[in-house]
Amino acid sequence: MSDSDADRTIRPETSGLNSEDPEEPESDVTESTGETVTLRIFRYDPEVESKQDAGFDTFRIPTHEGMTILDALIEARDEQDPSLTFRHSCRQGVCGSDALFINGSQRLGCKTQVSELKEPIQIEPLPHHPVVKDLVVDMDSFYERMRAVEPYFDPDDPPPDELTERYQSRENREDVKLSTRCIWCGACTSSCTIASNEDVYLGPAAINKGYRFYADEREGEDRAEERLEILQEHDGVWRCQTQFSCTNVCPQDIPLTEHIQQIKRDATKADLRFW
Amino acid sequence: MGAPYDRGLIEDFGRFRYFSAGMWAWVLHKVTGWVLIGYLFAHIAVLSTAIPAASDPEAIAAGTDLYTRTIQGLEGIFLVRVLEVGLLAAAVFHMTNGIRLLLVDLGIGLEREAEGFYVSVAVTAVITVLSIPVFLPPEVVPW
Ligand code: HEM
Ligand code: SF4
Ligand code: FES
Repeated sequence: MSDSDADRTIRPETSGLNSEDPEEPESDVTESTGETVTLRIFRYDPEVESKQDAGFDTFRIPTHEGMTILDALIEARDEQDPSLTFRHSCRQGVCGSDALFINGSQRLGCKTQVSELKEPIQIEPLPHHPVVKDLVVDMDSFYERMRAVEPYFDPDDPPPDELTERYQSRENREDVKLSTRCIWCGACTSSCTIASNEDVYLGPAAINKGYRFYADEREGEDRAEERLEILQEHDGVWRCQTQFSCTNVCPQDIPLTEHIQQIKRDATKADLRFW
Repeated sequence: MGAPYDRGLIEDFGRFRYFSAGMWAWVLHKVTGWVLIGYLFAHIAVLSTAIPAASDPEAIAAGTDLYTRTIQGLEGIFLVRVLEVGLLAAAVFHMTNGIRLLLVDLGIGLEREAEGFYVSVAVTAVITVLSIPVFLPPEVVPW
């Protein structure tokens, strides 16, 4: 029927091998390569006396092709030390719960290949957050900043009736497309020295979230003006010093600095008066 | 739950090993900016010696006035000459990276900001090396 259907049937015949052949190795991506990787993992547990002094534990983990840092952590916990604590959920870069400080930069454990990193791989909790236990940090300050930009769709006028959809132009969709990708992992805000030293700075993720709605034409001009006001308040975009760390670490490849700079320019233009 | 463990700021020292181009550009721009401010004050202080010197035209004609002696004295110190090379390097880097930052503010070429930093460093290096024969006495110029 379709091309893809045809593609699916060619495998055994053209390869000249019977797919049932017991000689053929099972294609199993989790098969161990017989090699191991050395991890240095940050440990801290206020409830266990021997772990109240923070430090590092070394783990040697058997690797397999395609192994991620999160896979390695799960292996370490399940096979070696059940007390090892870290957050994870989706294992596929969607939920944003396993942003960690890996070999000196903020990355998602599930989106980082073990084979790409220099050993020993050092895994620490996200910097600039209080550590609760091992790799788990308290993200409250991050969520507070996200909330501060009122991160929800809030149009000037309600739709004419409940069933009317609000269409967005293709062009406008392109403007906000990348900014909608954020998974609230906190990697960017953790990487920013300005956001870290002063809890008050909104930080890249919150500004990007504000930009996402500010740039959405469906909200209307009044709301856009308010959003600009929120984003350029004392602790908003003007604190950004274009270090580019946020843009470099964002696992969703959101051009954060670009969005922050866009807000700065729009804010400047909105405040310009010629008289 | 026990008390959360705050790792404090100490851990941040040493992070420079992991700095990206953007972070190095940021640090160097700050340092060079403040070095230039520092130089500005030193410069004003040195130039100010021309004010008392102006009241003695004969000394000026003879080249023994306070201003001339100050300048000559300073230029006679080897360290001052080396610092002048450093000052030029700071000024050139601040200027070239400043242009990079202005482009960033205009939203131009943000995806190539790292290359912009490398160009700033390269331009600074070339101009600094070429300036060595101008600032340093001929006997120490290696070529
Ligand atoms: C030659 C042309 C120059 C250019 C293109 C330039 C450009 C810039 C730019 C764009 C910034 C802002 C950086 C940011 O966005 O964070 C800046 C900061 C600064 N500049 Fe310049 N500048 C120049 C000359 C100077 C001179 C001559 C001085 C000193 C007398 C100076 C001292 C500073 C200082 C102190 C800062 C602030 C550094 C900080 O962030 O703490 N600049 N410069
Ligand atoms: S902007 Fe990127 S790095 Fe920042 S919280 Fe969102 S997904 Fe994470
Ligand atoms: S586990 Fe969900 S993003 Fe990594």
